[in-house]
Amino acid sequence: MTITLPPQTSSSPPGLQPQGWLRYLSFSLDHKVIGLQYMVAGFFFYLVGGALAGMIRAELVSPISDFLSREVYNEVLTLHGTVMIFLWIVPVVNGAFGNYLIPFYVGARDMAFPRLNAVAFWLIPPAGFLLIASYFIAGAAQSGWTAYPPLSLTTPAAGQVVWILSVLLLGGSSIFGGINFIATILKMRRPGLKMMQLPMYCWAMLGTSILVVLSTPVLAGTLVLLSFDIIAHTGFFNPALGGNAVVYQHLFWFYSHPAVYIMVLPAFGLVSEILPVHARKPLFGYTTMVYSILGIVFLGLIVWAHHMFTSATPPWMRLFFTIATAFIAVPTGIKFFNWLATLWGGKIALNSAMLFSCAFIVHFVFGGITGVALAQVPFDIHVHDTYFVVGHFHYVVYGGTVFVIFGSIYHWFPKFTGRMLNEDLGRFHFLITFIGFNLCFAPQHWLGLNGMPRRVAEYDPQFTLVNQISSVGALLMALSTLPFLINVFWSAFSGRVAGDNPWNALTPEWLTTSPPPVENWAGEAPLVTHPYGYGVPPGRIDLGAATGREIWSSGQ
Amino acid sequence: MFGLATFLVADGMTFAGFFAAYLTFRAVNPLPAGAVYELELILPTINTVLLVLSSFTFHRAARELRQDQLGACRLWLLITAGLGLAFLGGQMVEYFSLPFGLTDNLYASTFYALTGFHGLHVTLGALMILIVWWQARTPGRFTADHHFGVEAAELYWHFVDGIWLILYGILYLL
Repeated sequence: MTITLPPQTSSSPPGLQPQGWLRYLSFSLDHKVIGLQYMVAGFFFYLVGGALAGMIRAELVSPISDFLSREVYNEVLTLHGTVMIFLWIVPVVNGAFGNYLIPFYVGARDMAFPRLNAVAFWLIPPAGFLLIASYFIAGAAQSGWTAYPPLSLTTPAAGQVVWILSVLLLGGSSIFGGINFIATILKMRRPGLKMMQLPMYCWAMLGTSILVVLSTPVLAGTLVLLSFDIIAHTGFFNPALGGNAVVYQHLFWFYSHPAVYIMVLPAFGLVSEILPVHARKPLFGYTTMVYSILGIVFLGLIVWAHHMFTSATPPWMRLFFTIATAFIAVPTGIKFFNWLATLWGGKIALNSAMLFSCAFIVHFVFGGITGVALAQVPFDIHVHDTYFVVGHFHYVVYGGTVFVIFGSIYHWFPKFTGRMLNEDLGRFHFLITFIGFNLCFAPQHWLGLNGMPRRVAEYDPQFTLVNQISSVGALLMALSTLPFLINVFWSAFSGRVAGDNPWNALTPEWLTTSPPPVENWAGEAPLVTHPYGYGVPPGRIDLGAATGREIWSSGQ
Repeated sequence: MFGLATFLVADGMTFAGFFAAYLTFRAVNPLPAGAVYELELILPTINTVLLVLSSFTFHRAARELRQDQLGACRLWLLITAGLGLAFLGGQMVEYFSLPFGLTDNLYASTFYALTGFHGLHVTLGALMILIVWWQARTPGRFTADHHFGVEAAELYWHFVDGIWLILYGILYLL
């Protein structure tokens, strides 16, 4: 039983779209092309941000500021944070995988608003160009990615204003993307497909997009006010002019705490897609997974002030935000135990995609536990603005999302290109990344507990050895991109031909050719009501529709 | 329409951030001694009436359209746009009559930022109304069943109107 999709509206007439490699350099409206454009642009900025991180770690090899001056160190640090968050992780976990996968998962031929989609992507290159240009014109922003006033009001104005403009463009891109995802998931579902039959990544993207739509505009408004402070010398956030710098922190963290979930929730979704395929088991506890995402969205919006325990926050507020923050461990814990239960007793294939996903579980548990510790006011005051926070943050954001991005690329590369990535190189890539990452960031917890402040180019000589260990780890991480890049470029042209469904997966994107045709399916879109029906005899699954059985047998 | 509604939620959050900042300023930051910050009520109240009226006239325009009265619809659209422009004119007069400037003090800055940002929305909304008014000249462009452009402009206009009521309440009356 299949239902014919309504004919595609004239949004992306295939005859008018460029074909071949050229379409990746054009204003294409095809969601798959836009997804890969996000991916490649994001990876370019990953290399930029990684080079900046390398400069930071090179400076910290010795306790004195010898490689970079203090000003340049602050500029590099600001640029590193901004590039990695706004130009690498958010565009890739949302834009790249979201645009590529969501239309498949809801059974649509494209996103709800293909033109808005193209606009959202094409805001990113000029914004990235502006951000990097701000480093060269009239001095870059030096205030960190948080741009707290009054620090951001005293650093060179031109660089800071260009920085703000760039972040505003990226925020706009993010909001357009979020609106598009919400509309696609809620309104473009194939007839007969219920919400509770969607693959988990759809739910993750729905939650993420709700966060984007609710919180990004607040950051945009705040940055506009900050730019007024810089350009027109108003005093919104400048205490010297009667303003209130703490209000900036509240408004900033109202976006930037949810931003952590904007980065991590899609990663949760992607892992939920990868684990069942390579463990050959159904995703454990689908319903609880859905509700835990919604729980994280709600709690994520009401915990921002835990970043501000040292900003003259009154005790009742500290208590509320401590408790609310600790509560996030509940839905997150549900997700973890569900992933473990998915793996439990599974027929696990330890390929690169699975290795990266399992490493994600380990890292994110560690980052999550230090996060609960940081939510406790006395401990937070002890380690506030130290390297403990840096270590925690990178375990969450690098260990949590970048590992998932790599795992997802290993998983979906056959669909993107029609060719497999080399597994040996992939495992080698994983090994170096895993060792380098833990060598780099685990010692930073020790540094922080012992009092090394963050965002400084010089430090007490007693921390030298541990900083050098950390820098060696960073060097390994930098080297680890080499086998990956070689693998991608070599495999894209001469890798093993993948076939339509190399993993025997059941989610809908595998039920078309690799790479897929312009409108996703040559004929009708399949109705997949049971995307995780692995390892269960077909007769015993409550499929709800006969199609499920057909999908099951075609997956064998 | 769903997409536009989602966008308006995002837009509303921008205003919510501004309102939260303003209310916190009011609660925490005292006005510096000798600083001038006085708002007259007459002009903004007239403006409020104009804007609320324009929501009704737009509603009337959409109703005429649904009954296929294209000419009446265009007339009501024009009246709505006129009310919106009158609002902007009133705001301009108010700006020139105020005794404080943008950088005089925190409240002055916040006043201009909030009303200015809303004024930007009114300008965009009036532009949208004039565009659909122009498009309605073409026969068959909008029918009784298919008039997305008009509906979108109407939703946006009601949103801008609603935001003004909150703004008026906390800025002038509170």
